[in-house]
Amino acid sequence: MWEVALIYGFINSVILALTALGFSLTFGISGVSNFAYGAMYIFAGFASWLFLNKLALPFFLSAAIAVFLTALLGAAMYRFVLLRVRGLVISEVIATFGVGLIILELFRYLGFSGFEYTLPVFTDGSLLIGNTYVDYQRIWIVGVGIVLAIGLYLFTHYTKIGLAFRGIAQDEHTALSLGINSDRIAGLSVAFGSGLAAVAAILILPRGTIAVNDGYDVLINAMAVCIIGGLGSSVGVVLASFLIGYAQIMTDILSGPHWKMIISLIAILLILVVKPSGLLGKQKELEERI
Amino acid sequence: MKQKRKERIDRGIKARSDDVFSLNSFREMLYVAVPPLAPVLLLVILPLVLPSYWQKVLISTCVFALLAMSWDFLVGVGMVSLGQALFFGVGSYIAGVSNKILGVPIWIDLPIATVLGGLICTVLLTPVLRLRGVYFSMVTLVLPLMLERIIEAAGIFGGTEGITGIKTFANPFVESYVIVLVTLFALFAFRRLVTTDYGLVLKAIKDNDRAVMSVGINIYWMKAQALFITGCVGSFCGAFLTHVYGFVGMPSFALDYSILPLSAAVVGGMGTFAGSFIGAFILVPLSEALRGIGGLRIVLYSFFLVVFIVALPEGIFHYIQRKYQQFERWVEVDK
Repeated sequence: MWEVALIYGFINSVILALTALGFSLTFGISGVSNFAYGAMYIFAGFASWLFLNKLALPFFLSAAIAVFLTALLGAAMYRFVLLRVRGLVISEVIATFGVGLIILELFRYLGFSGFEYTLPVFTDGSLLIGNTYVDYQRIWIVGVGIVLAIGLYLFTHYTKIGLAFRGIAQDEHTALSLGINSDRIAGLSVAFGSGLAAVAAILILPRGTIAVNDGYDVLINAMAVCIIGGLGSSVGVVLASFLIGYAQIMTDILSGPHWKMIISLIAILLILVVKPSGLLGKQKELEERI
Repeated sequence: MKQKRKERIDRGIKARSDDVFSLNSFREMLYVAVPPLAPVLLLVILPLVLPSYWQKVLISTCVFALLAMSWDFLVGVGMVSLGQALFFGVGSYIAGVSNKILGVPIWIDLPIATVLGGLICTVLLTPVLRLRGVYFSMVTLVLPLMLERIIEAAGIFGGTEGITGIKTFANPFVESYVIVLVTLFALFAFRRLVTTDYGLVLKAIKDNDRAVMSVGINIYWMKAQALFITGCVGSFCGAFLTHVYGFVGMPSFALDYSILPLSAAVVGGMGTFAGSFIGAFILVPLSEALRGIGGLRIVLYSFFLVVFIVALPEGIFHYIQRKYQQFERWVEVDK
């Protein structure tokens, strides 16, 4: 049993990290907390399902188009909604929350629910680790998750756009004076975050059916991981995903799946009470703690 | 090229009726009296003339107006809640449980659920009083979902099925007038409250909390009080609707009760309470008239929410108020 907990806890942690990556990236760079994040995730899932089943495109092509479309949706949301309320935190929260609700509830209204909405796994079969069977899709998730994390690190440290990302995160006005268009870069960061949500969706969704309600769960999980790790801190995200990931699996094994989601909610509350800036948060405590 | 700019000037009648001079003529007295009297008359007459189906719509409109006003009040203290459903749900469950299991009659049940609900919500949110901005919103978004899941997982209070067979109001007129009177009372009480010294302190907490701390006022105690007031209003809504439908269940924590008050307040205009009132009276009947769209309701509310927050952030009430009090004209810019 402990072996199962160890292996599946690790996989669950990587899944959490994958879902939280985009949310954390967007917040860390532009300070926009994208409450439409869960909606982007579900949008990518349904988009690739539509391309795959209605237009009969090959899976990897439809997945790629879905990722691109989701990123485009994020950019459009920034351009037409967020740009006008940039800096007004309350309005940003309400606006992104509204956009997310529109997308999710529209899918619900259009009747996107049922067992036929599944994405295919990348490769069939499973692997025996010790005495535990792990299917290839979960191996894929772990592999791509690690590659993505490393790729993201390299991207933000060694490419021009990546450096611009970090530039406006550190000091928007100085970045502006060096010729970095902060509006454009912030828009790109929202698009990037949405794109990452889409990648996570395509990797993770084949484990079950695509359900609209998952959008809310993904948002809560992403928020939980980011709050606990410290908003905007990438190392914190990884640390927090492992904490919550193992905690979830342990409660799942010990007391049933119903309590699994509650763990992350309780964790959010606890960390906000004890240390609101998160385990490794860089935000000044006074800013949020008055 | 001659440049022009728009100038806004107070109407003569506004200036004349500002003070005790409004007693000069009936026209000026009417100018002052009509805006506050209109909602009172409207709400007192409506239950008498509406058919029974639309009476129910009136009830839910009033409930959403109350929720929107309480949301607006909380925003005025600098706390943006994304989960009014928390207050609503807690109130509903207290009313349902005490009526069904303990057998408390309605008229004792309502005030108990109101006060107790306010207390419980305040205690639940006490740990996050220190947070502001996004962080407070995140917690309030999460809390109703969490309570819903706990009820589902633990199977307490009827679990997923909820509690049925709760006592309902005997007389539909009593039912309507209770909520109508409470709504009117809340509207005028809130509007008065924010102009008192107490309200000014609450507003100051939003504008500059450190300044308020530096004059020796305990802002957490003030925030807790604001939460309690909001919690009471929200819990009353929940308790009342529980007794109208005779049912309480997990839908009490549904997203509707979080998103609609928000939309109503934003569409109507934040910070005035009258705006929330107007917003609710536009949005709820509208969605009822378009009820063929069913599940599209939340989409519609969210759509209004986004459009107004981006395009017309001042809201309908501020717009009407400006037109009522001022006139506009184009004047040439002096060089």
